[in-house]
Amino acid sequence: MATIAERLETVWGEGPGLGTSLKTVDHKKLGMKYLYTGLLFFVIGGIQSLILRAQLTAANLEILDPEAYNQMFTMHGTTMMFLFVVPTLSGFGNFFVPLMIGTRDMAFPRLNAFGYWIFLAAGLFMYSSFLVGKAPNNGWFNNAPLANSEFTPGLNIDFYALGLIFLGISTTAGAINFIVTILKMRAPGMSINRMPIFVWGELAFAFSIVFAQPALTAALVMLELDRKFGFAFFDPSKGGDVILWQHLFWIFGHPWVYILILPAFGIVSMIIPTFCGRPIIGYTWVVVAEMATAVIGFGVWVHHMFATGLPQVAMSFISAASFMVTLPSGTQTFAWLATLVAGKIKLKTPMLFSLGFIVLFVVGGLSGVMFASIPFDQQTTDTYFVVAHFHYIIVGGVIFPLFAGLYYWLPKMTGKMLDERWGKTSFWVMFVGFNLVFFPMHITGLLGQPRRTYTYLPGLGWDIWNAIETVGAFMLAFGILLTFVNWYRSARRGEAAPDNPWGGDTLEWATTSPPPHYNFEMVPTVRSLHPVWDQDELSHGRQSPERGGHPLADGHETFASSMLDGRPQAVMEMPHESPWPVLLTLALTVMFYGVLLDAYALAAAGVAASGAAMMGWFWPKGETQET
Amino acid sequence: MGGVETRHRAQRALERRPCGGAGPAKKAMGFAAVTIAVVASSCAPEDAPSTLDPRGPGAARIAGTWWLMLGISTVVFLIVLGFMAVALVRSRRAGPVPQGDVRWGEPVVIVGGVVIPAIILTAMFVVSLRDMAALSAPMGDTTMTIAVEGHDWWWEATYSDPAATTANEIHIPVGQPVELELTTDDVLHSFWVPQLQAKTDMISGKVNRMWIEADEPGRFRGQCAEYCGLQHAKMIFYVVAQREDDFEAWLANEAKEAADPADPGAVAGEEVFMNETCAGCHAIRGTDADAQLGPDLTHLAARATIAAGVLDNTRADLAEWIVDPQGVKDGASMPPSELSAQELDDLLDYLESLE
Repeated sequence: MATIAERLETVWGEGPGLGTSLKTVDHKKLGMKYLYTGLLFFVIGGIQSLILRAQLTAANLEILDPEAYNQMFTMHGTTMMFLFVVPTLSGFGNFFVPLMIGTRDMAFPRLNAFGYWIFLAAGLFMYSSFLVGKAPNNGWFNNAPLANSEFTPGLNIDFYALGLIFLGISTTAGAINFIVTILKMRAPGMSINRMPIFVWGELAFAFSIVFAQPALTAALVMLELDRKFGFAFFDPSKGGDVILWQHLFWIFGHPWVYILILPAFGIVSMIIPTFCGRPIIGYTWVVVAEMATAVIGFGVWVHHMFATGLPQVAMSFISAASFMVTLPSGTQTFAWLATLVAGKIKLKTPMLFSLGFIVLFVVGGLSGVMFASIPFDQQTTDTYFVVAHFHYIIVGGVIFPLFAGLYYWLPKMTGKMLDERWGKTSFWVMFVGFNLVFFPMHITGLLGQPRRTYTYLPGLGWDIWNAIETVGAFMLAFGILLTFVNWYRSARRGEAAPDNPWGGDTLEWATTSPPPHYNFEMVPTVRSLHPVWDQDELSHGRQSPERGGHPLADGHETFASSMLDGRPQAVMEMPHESPWPVLLTLALTVMFYGVLLDAYALAAAGVAASGAAMMGWFWPKGETQET
Repeated sequence: MGGVETRHRAQRALERRPCGGAGPAKKAMGFAAVTIAVVASSCAPEDAPSTLDPRGPGAARIAGTWWLMLGISTVVFLIVLGFMAVALVRSRRAGPVPQGDVRWGEPVVIVGGVVIPAIILTAMFVVSLRDMAALSAPMGDTTMTIAVEGHDWWWEATYSDPAATTANEIHIPVGQPVELELTTDDVLHSFWVPQLQAKTDMISGKVNRMWIEADEPGRFRGQCAEYCGLQHAKMIFYVVAQREDDFEAWLANEAKEAADPADPGAVAGEEVFMNETCAGCHAIRGTDADAQLGPDLTHLAARATIAAGVLDNTRADLAEWIVDPQGVKDGASMPPSELSAQELDDLLDYLESLE
């Protein structure tokens, strides 16, 4: 008689080799794929930023010609906003949400795989624009009418618009999967008030995507109709309205910023309690604040448009909302601060990055509040002051937590510890480099330097600051490199990671490092907000059936549970590895290239192939209806 | 000669202020404030378009709000750092970590994270609304309107009384709010003179209005602040504020048609202008050249810069621009010209006569 572990290994294990790599539906493997691919785009976007900074080191430099510069700053923004942050956060989410809620996979494993492959294909689709020298060149917010075919006739904007429509499929699929997984798959006993804050962050992230993404997709479809079929949504000469683009883009775009930062807040809210050795203060307030940020985030988009000449009364409401959205961030910040003061800080690398995050995020938040003041916004919008602000939010507020997350969770993911000395050195080099590159941008912005310019003239008081910024940029990049080297060294000869190296309280620490294919030998029963701290029997990963553990070893199974109380409602049969997600992605890629090149026969072939792939995907397979 | 007189006056207006001129009192609070204040008031380069060195009531009001907000932000930032410092010091204490609720815990979160910020933010909102009201009031008191149209990548300014059109250099009388009627000929642009007033976008298919006012004579740099394609970086202009009589004289001259050239070189240059591609795009009022695609050149010689603020209006720079516009500004609509040395020389004579 095989042990439970052996039986689970047989049922959940996937074979080795390339075939499995393409067909896998394991949330942990997909999480790693998301993480690696997202970080690859991070490196590409980062190298672009170094080239941009090099060009701006001094006045009148021209390393890139204006067109190449404009393409590069556009792709820097587009890569970082779309191809790096969200996929990387989805990577952590994919890996850790099922572990933290005590289940064995995401709700829709094949949809999960599909989301990854679409992300990869859409990223490559957009980057293939460089092969023909026609990368998007109108900035990540791609204003009309410059985006119209009259002013940008080449394929540049089509790569952008179609690429983001394509990517939107992945983002939406991923978000729905997170929502269903979080609401319906939690371990027995994990009522909604026992959900880790990171999971709340991913939930807020997913809901925001579901509501924000359609505005972007709609805008992009309208833009392509204008460009390809002579529609006139954004063409004022035919009765269209260029401001409509900005409304649609920013009603997507501002929530998108919160989409980036909410899971990052979640990461920090996991790390701080662990390294303070006590629960977070004000759990309920933090959760309410995360959700409130997501909701209020939909009411502030017009503050990106204060200079467009909208009516003052309308702008005042948005101004009020923009002041208000600070409150939930303040609440979370003070919850972290109070927890720090109440606890005893162990200054390990993940904690160092989290503390650095608080400092930088507070600076970015304070400069952000200033834009709620309409006259000040009108003075500083589209200057380097804005560039400074949003890099404090996105680098300081998102990338620092991501690095905190890497140091915190990589031991769990790979089973190898990272080196603390390299980690701390990396932090300090990044922290100093970051402030050198981005703090002076506040000053150049106030000194009148507009953003999105490929060069500037000398003698305007900007030169010295720009030179400092470039030095800082290379320092920041070097600091990031140190972490990657650390990661590489750890993979080669890192110490083996114990199950719970940091003394964390959530369920991912209740299993081995790295976790087995089936995550938990016993699907645990949860009786606390801090299960690993409060339930001794979890600490070695095998909650005995007498204490509430469920082997569920008779098939490829996990629980479906009730939304609020986490009561088990059904045992779900989960799908096995499948070739269809990757095949459907290929078919859709053909379709998007067909549309891009106006080769509608090719596009139709892509549609037909997609239909065939979906039939394959949904073909009945006997007793169980896999989804 | 009147023209020369006007030009001299304009030049006087263009004379740059010596640096180190006293700015408004700065309420510098905290280290960051001091750093920035030092930068702002340091011997700034002559053209520095600093929002912190305002020269008009609009920009001055916003700069005041900035210093206020910076002060509040500095205090908040120091409080956050204070919490972290206390936490790090307390972490050295011996003994176990208290696990339960700490009595002060949630009150700190609520008071520090909600109550106090709500009070500060409400106050800031009120300040911001008062700023908005104050900044829109002068719209009713404007003394004149100038139509400014954005083009890829230059600025056209049209005066109505008397009628005159010029480019990349907008003259205004000091001490009075002047209304601007902002439009664009192509894509979005944004009109921004940091030392005078916050920016307003130029929106395709729409007319936006704003006002600017300068407290004293001087030349203030402006630049397009909304990405507008290839040469967004090189879409610069100047606002020149003059005493009222100087301004009237300047405008009277601008409204005149171009004087017929007198010296033989300039006469030959006019021929070149009319027969080569120049007249296909540019207007010189009083001649046969009346095309509207490029800037009106009727009084080109009275302007301080060319190519939308990229080059000084010197003979050498003008020659460079005429011969190889793309070398100065890749993508500019102006075609390169293949003039003989003599033709170029004559053309320059003519253009320099357009005062």
